[in-house]
Amino acid sequence: MTQLARRLVEDWRYADQAALATLWPLPAPERVVVAPGEHFTRALVHEGEGVVQLELELGEGATADVRVLSIGAGYGRVEVSATLAARADFTLGAVQLCGGTAAREVVASVTHAGRDAASHQVVRSIAAGRSSASVLGRIVVQPGADGTDAEQAIRALLLDRGAVVNARPELEIHADDVKCAHGCAVGELDEGALFYMAARGLDPAVARALMVQAFIAEAFVGSELEEQLMAAALAALGGLA
Amino acid sequence: MLTITDLHATVAEKPILKGLSLAIKPGEIHAIMGPNGAGKSTLGYTLGGRPGYEVTGGAVNFMGQDLLALEPHERAAAGLFLGFQYPVEIPGVSFVQFLREAANAQRKCRGEEPLSGGEFLKLAREKAALLKMDMEMLKRPVNVGFSGGEKKRAEMVQMGILNPGLAVLDETDSGLDIDALRVVGEGINAIMRAPDKSVLLITHYQRLLDYVKPDFVHVLAGGRIVRSGGPELALELEDQGYEAVA
Repeated sequence: MTQLARRLVEDWRYADQAALATLWPLPAPERVVVAPGEHFTRALVHEGEGVVQLELELGEGATADVRVLSIGAGYGRVEVSATLAARADFTLGAVQLCGGTAAREVVASVTHAGRDAASHQVVRSIAAGRSSASVLGRIVVQPGADGTDAEQAIRALLLDRGAVVNARPELEIHADDVKCAHGCAVGELDEGALFYMAARGLDPAVARALMVQAFIAEAFVGSELEEQLMAAALAALGGLA
Repeated sequence: MLTITDLHATVAEKPILKGLSLAIKPGEIHAIMGPNGAGKSTLGYTLGGRPGYEVTGGAVNFMGQDLLALEPHERAAAGLFLGFQYPVEIPGVSFVQFLREAANAQRKCRGEEPLSGGEFLKLAREKAALLKMDMEMLKRPVNVGFSGGEKKRAEMVQMGILNPGLAVLDETDSGLDIDALRVVGEGINAIMRAPDKSVLLITHYQRLLDYVKPDFVHVLAGGRIVRSGGPELALELEDQGYEAVA
């Protein structure tokens, strides 16, 4: 089979270079090899500044469930990459909550290297104040990785006018028989829903909180640590804006 | 219960309500009928306090309070229930959670003790049964994936749980099949037919009025009430159309 040359010419500029200078050199990424048929689970709460990198390699039929909660002030970046052998299954649920002038980033890269592997990415960002939330979600389906089932849902909420969200889904598909679904949306809280809630007696702050809670909950659904992650996220939400 | 005096309201700077007056006493059911674009839904939203519906003149007194001075959630707590023509979907928030928050927010506003989880579920079960709605549906996110008829039924379950003094129901009959119409009609009667409660039904058609018998019928056209009468007026409208009657 002829392999086509591929080259990525885009540039991803995520943050102010000067702000990043203090972060170098980066600590070595954490590498985890999940043996065939084994299960790996990790809840990664990144508070404050710095770069956290997790590299996973899933053997045949291995499964991994990674949940990320990125909160706090300043520059914080969480990178998760996963390479999937045949029939592996990878789930990533990430939430980043940004307020003030924070710049938070989630960079996810999933490589389907073997046949019939599945990946599910759900990333929810909330940006308030003058903060910025960036998401780069990459899915690569290598030649021969037929039967791939990859899905990626990136959504972001802007709570204030000065906040910024960057979201970039990136799909690179080099096999024919694959299912790759992705969706990306950035918006504000639905005014119609807020009025509906008010008309039932909920005051605006409670209505807002309930909608934001529902929005982020989607990233933690199905996790063994769903309750703890939600509790941590809700506590951080209280300090936003 | 409710006294609307010379109400003027605009939407996107366009005058829609142009001097509407209406008085509803406790125990009364009023129906407002009118052609498309007459201002029926605007009346509902204006009473509910929806952002974008600006009152430019007139007054609304609700149980002794200046309704227009209240925030939307305060109007609800004061006992006003607005039934939506198009109930909004809220993904991720379950009906049970939403309604319990809403019921307790209203109780708090009125200085009452909150309902416990058990008390709330008992109340919700009772009202869902009244509207022949499966309790399982109330565990789902608010209105998500509900058919038009299910949404309207769910509105009535909400009304039953929140127990308002005045219900303003905006085209609650639209999207309902014949059986659902009867269930919803009987639900309105069961929940709101009481000496201390009132209903303002906003509708296009006579059919809901077969189940919920109004004491008064008004015709809204061009942003004002142009004719008022008893239940016979609805039949006359159905028979002759708005143009001939109004």
